[in-house]
Amino acid sequence: MSLTEPRSMLDLLNGFVTQLREAGLPVSLTENLDAMEAVQHIPLEDRDAFKYALAATLVKNQAHWRSFETVFEVYFSLRGPEYALADADGDSALDELWREMQDQSQAGDGRGGAGSLDALTPEEIAHLLMQALMNGDQALMRALAKQSVQRFAGMEPGRPVGGTYYLYRTLRNLDLDGMLEKMMQAMAERGDASSGLEQRLEREEYEHRIGEFKGEVEAEIRRRLVADRGAEAMAKTLRKPLPEDVEFMHASREEMQSLRKALQPLTRKLAARLARKRRHGRRGPLDFRNTVRHSLSYGGVPAEPKFKYPRPAKPELMVVADISGSVAAFARFTLMLVYAISNQFSKVRSFVFIDGIDEVTDYFKSTEDIAEAIHRVNTEADVVWVDGHSDYGHAFEVFWDRHGREIGPKTTVLLLGDARNNYHASQSWVVKEIRAKARHVYWLNPEPRSYWNTGDSIVGEYGAHTDGIFECRNLRQLESFVEKLA
Amino acid sequence: MAAEPSPRFESVQQVRDGLRDLDYLADDGIAGVAYLADRLGKPVLVEGPAGTGKTQLAKSIAELTGARLVRLQCYEGLDESKALFEWNYKKQLLRIQADRASDSWSEIHDDIFSDEFLLTRPLLEAITADDPVVLLIDEVDRVEVETEALLLEILSDYQVSIPELGTIEAKQIPLVFLTSNNTRELSEALKRRCLYLHVDYPSLEREREIVLAKVPGVTEHLAEQIARIVRSIRSLDLKKAPSVSETLDWARTLMLLNIETIDEATAKETLHILLKYQTDIAKAAKELSVDE
Repeated sequence: MSLTEPRSMLDLLNGFVTQLREAGLPVSLTENLDAMEAVQHIPLEDRDAFKYALAATLVKNQAHWRSFETVFEVYFSLRGPEYALADADGDSALDELWREMQDQSQAGDGRGGAGSLDALTPEEIAHLLMQALMNGDQALMRALAKQSVQRFAGMEPGRPVGGTYYLYRTLRNLDLDGMLEKMMQAMAERGDASSGLEQRLEREEYEHRIGEFKGEVEAEIRRRLVADRGAEAMAKTLRKPLPEDVEFMHASREEMQSLRKALQPLTRKLAARLARKRRHGRRGPLDFRNTVRHSLSYGGVPAEPKFKYPRPAKPELMVVADISGSVAAFARFTLMLVYAISNQFSKVRSFVFIDGIDEVTDYFKSTEDIAEAIHRVNTEADVVWVDGHSDYGHAFEVFWDRHGREIGPKTTVLLLGDARNNYHASQSWVVKEIRAKARHVYWLNPEPRSYWNTGDSIVGEYGAHTDGIFECRNLRQLESFVEKLA
Repeated sequence: MAAEPSPRFESVQQVRDGLRDLDYLADDGIAGVAYLADRLGKPVLVEGPAGTGKTQLAKSIAELTGARLVRLQCYEGLDESKALFEWNYKKQLLRIQADRASDSWSEIHDDIFSDEFLLTRPLLEAITADDPVVLLIDEVDRVEVETEALLLEILSDYQVSIPELGTIEAKQIPLVFLTSNNTRELSEALKRRCLYLHVDYPSLEREREIVLAKVPGVTEHLAEQIARIVRSIRSLDLKKAPSVSETLDWARTLMLLNIETIDEATAKETLHILLKYQTDIAKAAKELSVDE
């Protein structure tokens, strides 16, 4: 496809912006126009420059960068000279690829010799990869990524399987974790990194390179999938949700990390916003009695109007969270968020349970570091009573016995969990009693609304006694709830 | 407005090389956006963690283009009279009193609201300057959302409207940089008018280059080690990750101590230069020695 012709460029960019919007990125008309103008000023052969020009004009939030990158890679994956390759029918581009690989394999170790990479045994590939990783040889790493996908992923045209499946198959065959250990060993044998510090640094460097290699493999799989199915179809399946839209219950480890990163600026902004609200929201209705009282000193003329300034009381918070398996991540994020803005509450107490319940307030008091406190909650809290399967009924009963007295009219109680009670007795009377004493009781459920009250979920039974059940599947929903609360 | 101004930069590469000569090591994104800002005549919003060279970028670009840097430091409570312009009230009073007898009212009125009595503040100064300028609006996230609106007219049209005088248009389109530490979400209106650039902590290679460029006498080996250790520390879950300026401070300290190779003991003893919280220092010290 020719990029230089203005007409097709226009269509191309329009298509790209449509994809971005579908991925949830807000792109305005002016930004679209800016992008059009920007790309006229840069050489189109320079793919990186092209990408940065689009990013600078279209993406105005760092958290959206990854989504942008994915859409970009998919949409433009086959548009561009060096990427026009890998059609199934073995055309000239494919041949060129093989030749390129051959050159690189020879440059890489000079031993793979006569044949192409095709001729190598899996062991030889592994060996070659290890060398490439140890030397940080980018070109060889890229060639090997292509080769591994070609060889191990077992991709077939038209097969309705997601990219992660192919990624898994490829990486399983390469055994990168084992390779890391081997690399560490090889380094120790060479003896150039003796101290613990240097070993650590080397290991990190290798991990970094392996990460890059995985990225290459992923990119190769994506290119092949796009060639097979077309960019538009792929953009839909490969689309990564924005960090604030990632579901707590199904987040991958990588997504968890990006969530954790997104949480910190988010809490900072939330705290700033709440503090501002407290400072500025001081417009109150006329205080009639006070005005009349002051009018006496002016001979009965109400010269000085008095107002009732709202003095919003800081609520006292009790968080009761289920930390079993699937909902643990959700509980963790809620606790982090609540403690990060704990100065908005007069007092925060937290309890965690699975089938037993334990108070964890002290973990947060004894340290500045919220992450460490959360870690202690996960490892030290005494939450197992019988078998370590969620038992809301028992946990609530114990909570009521031990702490029911401490709930007062200023207390807001948050109950966190999916209410999957494993068919135990619900003891929902506890929630009813709590509501009678507390200011508010809310239930936060990380499950999608459509799953509520299916199977062993009895959120409706508990929810009937609360002031509201809120669906909190992602950071966005959680944030908006917490903002309402404070 | 003047005729189409000649572009300041020929190519992205030129920006990059020029900045490199000034010891500012830009990556592709930074140089590319600076180049585009010039070509499109649009302001650049630079966001990123503290101490990654956002302000320095504006300074270096000013130096590169031989322009004067006009800086507006934002803070909570910034208003029109500090950012745009103010009438010189005392001088106006003097003017009225000087010839109380002679002038008619309308003459005085016209007279006291003229250029002579106008005090220009950074924003107005930037667009009325005759010499080339680079306008830096620093830490724009510190002003309130309402105050942001002050900036919108100047950012989109490069003009300032003064009720008594009319609209003052820019004599030239200056390069404008806004920096933000991302303590709050900036308004859509502001973001829409700007090119966006996120400056993150540099990659290993770039950080090594920065250390080599900024710290005289440092050896390749030491710079490499510094960059690696800093990357390692940044990957920890800390309250405040070490910034580039702290990396440089650390490198200079090591130079002063005549250290050629960093071992664990030196690393631990000098950690307080990289990290500013006691909990962070403890955590990093523990992490660095755990792998034995």
